[in-house]
Amino acid sequence: MKIFLELFLTFAKVGVCTFGGGYAMLPILQREVVEKKGWATDEELTDYFAIGQCTPGIIAINTATFIGHKYKGPLGGVVATLGVVFPSLIIITLIAAFLSNFADIPVVRHALAGVNAAVVALIASSVVKLGKSTLKDALCVGIFLVVLTLAFVVKASPVLLIVCAGLVGYVARRLVKPGKEDDK
Amino acid sequence: MILLRLFFEFAKVGLFAVGGGLATIPFLQTMGENTGWFTNADLTTMIAVSESTPGPMGVNMATYVGFETAGLLGAVIATLGLITPSIIVIIIIAGFLQKFRQSKTVDAVFYGLRPASTALIASAGLSVAVSIFLAVGGVTEHTFAIRWPSVALAVAVFVCMKYTKLKKLHPIAFIAAAAVIGAVFQF
Repeated sequence: MKIFLELFLTFAKVGVCTFGGGYAMLPILQREVVEKKGWATDEELTDYFAIGQCTPGIIAINTATFIGHKYKGPLGGVVATLGVVFPSLIIITLIAAFLSNFADIPVVRHALAGVNAAVVALIASSVVKLGKSTLKDALCVGIFLVVLTLAFVVKASPVLLIVCAGLVGYVARRLVKPGKEDDK
Repeated sequence: MILLRLFFEFAKVGLFAVGGGLATIPFLQTMGENTGWFTNADLTTMIAVSESTPGPMGVNMATYVGFETAGLLGAVIATLGLITPSIIVIIIIAGFLQKFRQSKTVDAVFYGLRPASTALIASAGLSVAVSIFLAVGGVTEHTFAIRWPSVALAVAVFVCMKYTKLKKLHPIAFIAAAAVIGAVFQF
C-alpha cells in the first residue's frame, strides 16, 4: 500500500512539474524516476517514449502507465497514471471555475514565455543525456540524424519513423549480423 | 447521462489521438461541433490555459472540457475517459514486452528504436525552440525577429544545469526561476 502511495505521489509531482506536452515531462522523469527512485533507466525511458507515440493515447499518459507497470504490475500502471493526471484535475478545475481569463493576464503571459525558454533548455539537456546511452555507434548516430531531419524538416509521421527505425535495427542486428557488426 | 457520454467521447479521443497533447485538438474540435458542449472560441481559451498551467497539455484539455460541460464530476469523468484506452493498451504491450525481454529480435528492434526516439524528442524540442525564439510578423508578414531575451535565458539555463553546481537542483527550480525572470523582465 505504501509503495502505491509513493508511486502516486511521485507521478503527481511529475504532473505538477510538467509544462507543455509529454516531451516536457522527460526532464522531470529523468530526475524523479531514473535518478531518485531508480524505477527505470534512461534506455527504458526512450523505449517507452518510442512505443508511447505509436500507440493510442497521449505520450504523457502512456509513459506513466509504462513506468508504473514496470515497477508494480498492472495496478502500478493505473496508480502512476492516476497520479500524473491528479494535479491537472485540481489546477484546471480551480482556474476554470475562478480565472477563465488566466491565460490573458499579462504577468502570466510573461512568466510563461520565461518558462518556455527554460523548458527548451531542459529538453535539450535531456536529449544530451539520452544520447549518451542511445547513440552507441555509427549506425545509431545515422538513424538519429535521418529521423531528426525527417521529423523536423519534412514533418514525417512519428509512427512511420519509429516503425522504420525498428526495422532497420532488426535488419542490422539480426539479418546482416553476425560478423559484419562489431558488437562493442 | 451526460457523464456517460462524456466518458465515451473522451475514451474515443484517448483511443484515436496518437502522439503529444496537440494531437487531441482536432478530435476536440469535432467533439465540440457534434455535441455543442463548447465552441471553437471556447476551445482556443482552453488551449491557452492548458499550455500555461502545470500538467501535460492533453490531460489539461480533457479536464477543462469536462469541467465546462458537467462541473467537477465532469472533469474527473472526462479525464478518466481519456486515460482508460491508454492504460489498457499499454498494460497489454508492457506485459508482452516483459515476456519477450530476453528475445534477440526485440533487442534488435529496440536497438533501432532508441536513436529514433531520441531524435523525435530532439525534434519536438527544436519545434518548441523555433516557436518561442522567433517572433513572426513585425514589418511585413514574412519577416521575423529573434527573441534574444528568450534565447539568452534558455542558454543560461542550459549552461547552469549542465556545467555548474546548480545541476543538482530539481528541474522545477529552473522553471520557477525562469517564470520569475519572464514576469519581471516582461518577456
